[in-house]
Amino acid sequence: MLFLLFGGSALVTGITMVLFPNPVRSALFLVLNLFCVAVLYLLLNAYFLATVQVIVYAGAIMVLFLFVIMLLNLGTPDRSLDKLRWQQPAAVGIAVVLAALFGAVIYQSVPAGPPASAMMVEAPTLYAPRAEPNPMLTNQISDPNQLRAITPDTMGTVTGIGQSLYNPGEAWLFPFEATSILLLIAVIGSVVLAKRRLPGEDASAAGEREGGTG
Amino acid sequence: MNDLWQQLFILPTDQIPWWAEVFRSVIRLVIALAGGLGSVPILVWLERRLLGWFQGRLGPNRVGPFGLLQPLADALKLMMKEDIIPTNVDRTIYVMAPAIALFPVILSLTVLPWNGSREWGAVAPNIDIGILFLLAVGSIEVYGAILAGWSSNNKYSLLGGLRASSQVISYELGMGLSIVSVLLIAGTLGTQSLVMGYDLSQTGVLAPGTLLGNGQAIVSVASVGDTGYTVYEHAASSGFWDWHFLRLFPFGLIATGIYMISMIAETNRAPFDLPEAETELVAGFHTEYSSFKFAMFFMGEYANMLIVSAICVTLFFGGWLAPFGFLSQLPAVTGLYVAPGVVNFVNSFVIAPFWLFTKLYVLIGLFIAVRASFPRLRYDMLMKFGWKGMLPVALGNLVLIATSLAVQQVTFPSLGYYGAWWAGQGVAWGITLVVVGILFYGKYVQYQAKKRVARTTDLIAPIRRPTVIVPTPSAPAPEA
Amino acid sequence: MPGQTNSLLNSYIPVLCMGLMALFLVVVFVGLSRILGPQRPTPQKLAPYECGVTPIGSARERFPIKFYLIAMLFIVFDIETVFLYPWAATFRHSGGMMLFNLFEMAVFVGILLVGYVYVWRRGAFEWDN
Repeated sequence: MLFLLFGGSALVTGITMVLFPNPVRSALFLVLNLFCVAVLYLLLNAYFLATVQVIVYAGAIMVLFLFVIMLLNLGTPDRSLDKLRWQQPAAVGIAVVLAALFGAVIYQSVPAGPPASAMMVEAPTLYAPRAEPNPMLTNQISDPNQLRAITPDTMGTVTGIGQSLYNPGEAWLFPFEATSILLLIAVIGSVVLAKRRLPGEDASAAGEREGGTG
Repeated sequence: MNDLWQQLFILPTDQIPWWAEVFRSVIRLVIALAGGLGSVPILVWLERRLLGWFQGRLGPNRVGPFGLLQPLADALKLMMKEDIIPTNVDRTIYVMAPAIALFPVILSLTVLPWNGSREWGAVAPNIDIGILFLLAVGSIEVYGAILAGWSSNNKYSLLGGLRASSQVISYELGMGLSIVSVLLIAGTLGTQSLVMGYDLSQTGVLAPGTLLGNGQAIVSVASVGDTGYTVYEHAASSGFWDWHFLRLFPFGLIATGIYMISMIAETNRAPFDLPEAETELVAGFHTEYSSFKFAMFFMGEYANMLIVSAICVTLFFGGWLAPFGFLSQLPAVTGLYVAPGVVNFVNSFVIAPFWLFTKLYVLIGLFIAVRASFPRLRYDMLMKFGWKGMLPVALGNLVLIATSLAVQQVTFPSLGYYGAWWAGQGVAWGITLVVVGILFYGKYVQYQAKKRVARTTDLIAPIRRPTVIVPTPSAPAPEA
Repeated sequence: MPGQTNSLLNSYIPVLCMGLMALFLVVVFVGLSRILGPQRPTPQKLAPYECGVTPIGSARERFPIKFYLIAMLFIVFDIETVFLYPWAATFRHSGGMMLFNLFEMAVFVGILLVGYVYVWRRGAFEWDN
């Protein structure tokens, strides 16, 4: 039931996000959407992903989005000035094709058995009761052999993520280190773009352009 | 009937149906709201009285004894004021902004524990990822300021909102890293287990089976005789020397310091109250707000102050634990004379909250003393301090803690508990000294070079000095 | 007992309750401010506050790119911190792999430090230039 509630709100906020003409409101609906998706992650026992979804997407990236919207002072766009009118029907067409594809994939992967929503609701009952605590959940990992025992239940917990991400036996160590290079590129790129001097502009003029209200 | 009573009040959380848990949640959240939002008037009063005392004046002293009813009078006044929605504001967002500002503040009350019980210790005592929850909720606190500033259609508001959000996100990094330091030391993410989960095993790092990483494991309930009186063994045997701020000295202390500075910046309070600098920005992002909407920002700010202090106490100062373990609960013998229910109740709802609130109010006193003592920073100094000071120090501190722990782990079998501790700490101290030494030497060389340059420029200065004074609009005037 | 719920769901019920309660409170507060006070608007009262001067132009001006840069840098270092959480939570429990874990995180942080130093040298932390 919770899945239906939050999945539904995710859908609704997503659609509203697209339909709202005012960019700030669209951004706020996107934030709401991210929250709903975070709750969905929570229902799937992916605790870490849920919190990261909120911390990174809602707490950092959407703040940047809002900054950009405000920086560019975007208002409600004027439809009549829209040069790319053919975009809208094309988008609808692509959406239909995409939906059909998704439908086909889902239909193929779940040939028989309970519908997906029912599985979501039942999933938590797979949990071990408190009386016999799951070692992954309780941080009580003492036996090194247990480190590898990552079951679907514990995969999403913080310790589960930590073990699969930082364990040389798992495949994720290299991608993790590669991420840092990605982040490095992001840092350098943003600074290069933001601190760029316009041609024919010396340092002090650039300072004045960027200065102002601070 | 008795069954119902058992389900509503007695049985452990995993043995009750969901509606009983809802019932319990409501009771707990009423307690939390009473403690959290109920403290706001007291805080306001305390701040004004203390500021008065610091500044050699009286402070509010007319309404009620010692002016205690002043905050209530203020609240009443604010409620009765006209609620102005200026022209050209973005109405929906303008109205929503105070709500968005207050909502996460209330929500963060959820995981802060006030006693050690798995049933009644916090609003949500069984969440194993309390810290992440707090960080997630804390990361959306920015929106109130941004949206209020943007929607108000007021230049002061916009600037205030921008300043507030930039400041908050800048200091969130230092805060997050200091929290990671605690995670490293404690190895757990639950707030309850952070309070109680000091590693009591004599291994320094990890001995199989003895690690107390989770509230469940720590609340080793020992019954005294057959009285049913619960003793939190750990709480009774520890003391302030086990709290995280003294662990791995001085790195725990450094993390504490970083957290405390960031928490002042996060709450936009003096000396980091640039977003609301009266002399420049009138009232910052809530310039245009009046009536109860203004009160909501106000309430949010003070409740937030309480909450960041509570997080600080939970993470670094042992939460609801007493500075000496035996003060944390009634002596076990009382269980023989008084009904165990009464003893448990006194332990959980009188003694534990008493210590929590004592620590909280000490911290808040510190907040107010800082406000009374330090002049406001300039905005460029604030950002520089956050990015060039807090961030590298926090990161370095984190690496040193990890190094110390790793060395302890490696040397533990051969050197024993204390030997490993000294080895790990020695390595970390050594690295610290070397790094600090290099930095100081670099500064010294720089200083010498500057002195030399200064001496030479003194000679040629009369000729070289530019006569045109270029206005630098970006440098704000220092505060009077 | 079939009617029983499991501990996971139970442990998040309070969060849901608290969320609903917080929502209720803020809605009530916003509503209160609408209901209680008098409503006597005048054009002067509704004008944006600008210290008594009639405001010129819209307040929603463009603002310096520095704020944008701060937000961008924040994202990057925030993601770094996010990677640190699971690492820190498992570090004490990693036993013999502790030194290795320390090393891999040192590499991760080290690579980002290069970026940090670059940003520092480019003067992105200097607010006044």
